[in-house]
Amino acid sequence: MKDIFSIRNMSQERIVFALAVLLFVVAGATLRGFLDAGNLVAIVRSVSVLGILAVGMALVIIGRGIDLSAVAIMAMTVAWYLQMLDRGTSGGLALVLAVAGVLAIGSINGFLIAYADVPAIFATLASGSFVYGFARSQLITQDATPVPPDHWIEQLGRFRLADIPVEVFFFAGVAFLAFLFLRFAKWGRYVYLMGDNFLAARNMGIPVRPMIVLRYVISALIAASAGVLTASSLHSINIRVVNSNLLYDIILVVVIGGVGLSGGRGGMRNVIVGALLIGIMQNAMTIIDISNIYQNLIKSTILLAAIVVDSLLNPRDEQTAQQGDI
Amino acid sequence: MKLKKMLAAVALTMLGGLAVNVAAMAQDDPGPAAYEQALKGKRVAMVPMAVFDLSQGWAAYLKREVEGWGGTFETRDPNWDTAAAAQAITDLISADPKPDVLVVHSPDLNSFSKLLKKAQAAGIYVVLVDNPMNYPADAFVGSDWDRLGQLEAEAVVKGCGENSSKKIGLVQGDAANASSIYQYNGIMKVLDKYPDFKVVAKPFSNWDPTTSRNVTATMLQQNPDICGIIDFWDGDATGATAAIKDAKLDGKVFLVTTGGGEMVDCKALEDGTFGAVVMTEVQNQSRDMNAVIKFLLQSGQPPGTSKTYIYTLERATTKADLKPTTCWDVKAVQAGNF
Repeated sequence: MKDIFSIRNMSQERIVFALAVLLFVVAGATLRGFLDAGNLVAIVRSVSVLGILAVGMALVIIGRGIDLSAVAIMAMTVAWYLQMLDRGTSGGLALVLAVAGVLAIGSINGFLIAYADVPAIFATLASGSFVYGFARSQLITQDATPVPPDHWIEQLGRFRLADIPVEVFFFAGVAFLAFLFLRFAKWGRYVYLMGDNFLAARNMGIPVRPMIVLRYVISALIAASAGVLTASSLHSINIRVVNSNLLYDIILVVVIGGVGLSGGRGGMRNVIVGALLIGIMQNAMTIIDISNIYQNLIKSTILLAAIVVDSLLNPRDEQTAQQGDI
Repeated sequence: MKLKKMLAAVALTMLGGLAVNVAAMAQDDPGPAAYEQALKGKRVAMVPMAVFDLSQGWAAYLKREVEGWGGTFETRDPNWDTAAAAQAITDLISADPKPDVLVVHSPDLNSFSKLLKKAQAAGIYVVLVDNPMNYPADAFVGSDWDRLGQLEAEAVVKGCGENSSKKIGLVQGDAANASSIYQYNGIMKVLDKYPDFKVVAKPFSNWDPTTSRNVTATMLQQNPDICGIIDFWDGDATGATAAIKDAKLDGKVFLVTTGGGEMVDCKALEDGTFGAVVMTEVQNQSRDMNAVIKFLLQSGQPPGTSKTYIYTLERATTKADLKPTTCWDVKAVQAGNF
C-alpha cells in the first residue's frame, strides 16, 4: 500500500486519473465558469450515455471479447420501437417486440462466438451491419424518429433529482451493478478467469459457452438502454449515430481507462476514470472554443500517450505475448 | 388580257394560300418529337450522401419527373460513407449501360473531383446538388450557402432584437463541408454590419444531435444571457433545442437553423422551438434539377462544357409565415402521395 504512488505502480488507470485531475485543476483555475455546479453536472452528463455504453463494452472486453454491434443495437432498436408506436402499434406490444429483438441479437452474437467459434470482432462487426441494414431497409423509413409527445421515454428525459439529469443516475447505477456483478457474483469472477486464460477456465469446469452468450446479451441490453436515454434527452433518435465515431469513442473510454484489450484486466473504476477524462477534456476544449479537428487531434494524442506509457510501465509478459490481443 | 392576268394572279394567290395551309396542316410542332428523341430511355443516377429527408425528397420528386419523360432513375445509398459513395460513382461510370446524368451530393469540397472528371470524360453529365465542390460540374443545383448564412444571421439579429444581450452562439457542422464553411462566412458577413452583436462561441456538432446538445449546454452554461443561436442543420438542432430546454431558457433563446422544409421544421416553428428556419425548398430544388437535366440532355454539348449555377430561392421562415403548404411530408412522399 505504501508504494501506491511509486512509479513502478503507476498503472494506466492511475496515469489517466492523474491526468484527469491535472486537467480538472488547470481548467478550474483558468476557465471562467468551469467549476460552476451546472458545468460539473454537464460534464458528467455529456459522457453518461458514452459511459453506459462503455460499461457494456468493458464487461465484454474483460472477458476477452469485443462488441462492435453496440451502437447499431442502441440506435436501431429504439428507432424501431418509436417507429412502431408512430404506426399505431400498441405500446406494450412494441416494447415486447423491441426487447425481444435486443435479446435475440445479443444471443445471436453470443451463439456465433461461443458455439460457432467465430472471432468476436468479426461476429459483432457483421451482426452490427446486419442489424443496421435490416432495420434500415425493412423497419425504419426515416433517419430521425421522434418520441411521441408525453410518452414515458420523454417523461424519463424530464426526470431530475437536485438538478441532476436522469442519465447521470443511470450511468452510476449501471456501473455500480456491473461492479457488484464483477466483484461479488460467481459468474462475475468467471468473466476475469475466462478473460485471463480461456483454456484454463474451461478446463476447470466453468460453463464458458453460456457465459459468453450471457455477456453479449447483457451488452445488448445495456446498449439498448443507452439508446432509450439518448432518445429521452433529444426527444428523437437519429440512426445516423451508427455511422459516427461513437463506437470508437466507447472503445477509447474503455481502453484509456486501463481495461486491457487482451482481457482479464480492469474494472468499472477504469471505465469511470476514462469517461471523466474524456468529459473534462471535451468540456474544456468546447469552452476554449477549439475547432473539432484539433479536438480530435488532442484526444488521440492523449490516448496514444496513455498507451505508450502503459506499455513502458507494464511490459507484456510471457503469458500475454502467447495469448496475443484480440 | 388584263382581266386574264388578274384572274391568274388571284388563282395563284389562292393556290399559294392553299399550299401554305396544307403545309401547315401537315406540319406538327417539332418540339415534342425532339424532346422525346433526346430524353427517351436516358438514365439518371443519383448518389446522395445517405438516405435522409432531403435525399428522400429529391429522389421521390426526380423519379416521378424522370419516369414521366421516359427516362429511368436510380439511387445508390452510400450511407454517409465517402468511400462507399466514391465506389458507387466508380461503379456507375463503368456500368453498362452507364448513366447519362449523374446527380451527386458531395460530402466535401474535393473528394470526388477526379471521379467526376472521369465521369464527364466518359460522356456523363454531372449535376451537383446541395453541397458545392471545388470542381466545375455541368450544373450545381442547391443553396447559395453564403446567402443562406446571411439570411440566418439577419433572422437571428431580428429575433434577438435591439434590447437584447446581442450575444450569439453558433453550432457549426464540421470544418470540411462546404455548406458549413460558406454558411459561416455568410453569417460573419452580416454580423460585420451589426458590430454590437457578438459571436460568443462557435463549437462544432459534427452534425450529431448529442454533440450539439453537449456543446450548446456548455455554451449556455458559460453565457446564460445568449439571445440567439444558429445551428447549422435542423438534423442536429434537436440537440440544441434539448440543451435550451434543459437550461430553462426556452422562449429566451432564439434558435435559427436550416433544413429541407420537411414537416419537422414546420412543427418546430409552430411550437416555438425553432425561431426561424431557412428552408431549402426540396420541391423547387428537385424541379430545378429536373429542368437542368432535361436541358443538358437536349443541348448537344459534350459534358464538361457548361458551368451552370442554379441557386434555390430561400427565405427565413418564421411562425408568422407558416402556411399549410409551407412544408412537405417525407412520409407522404414515400407513400407516393405528393
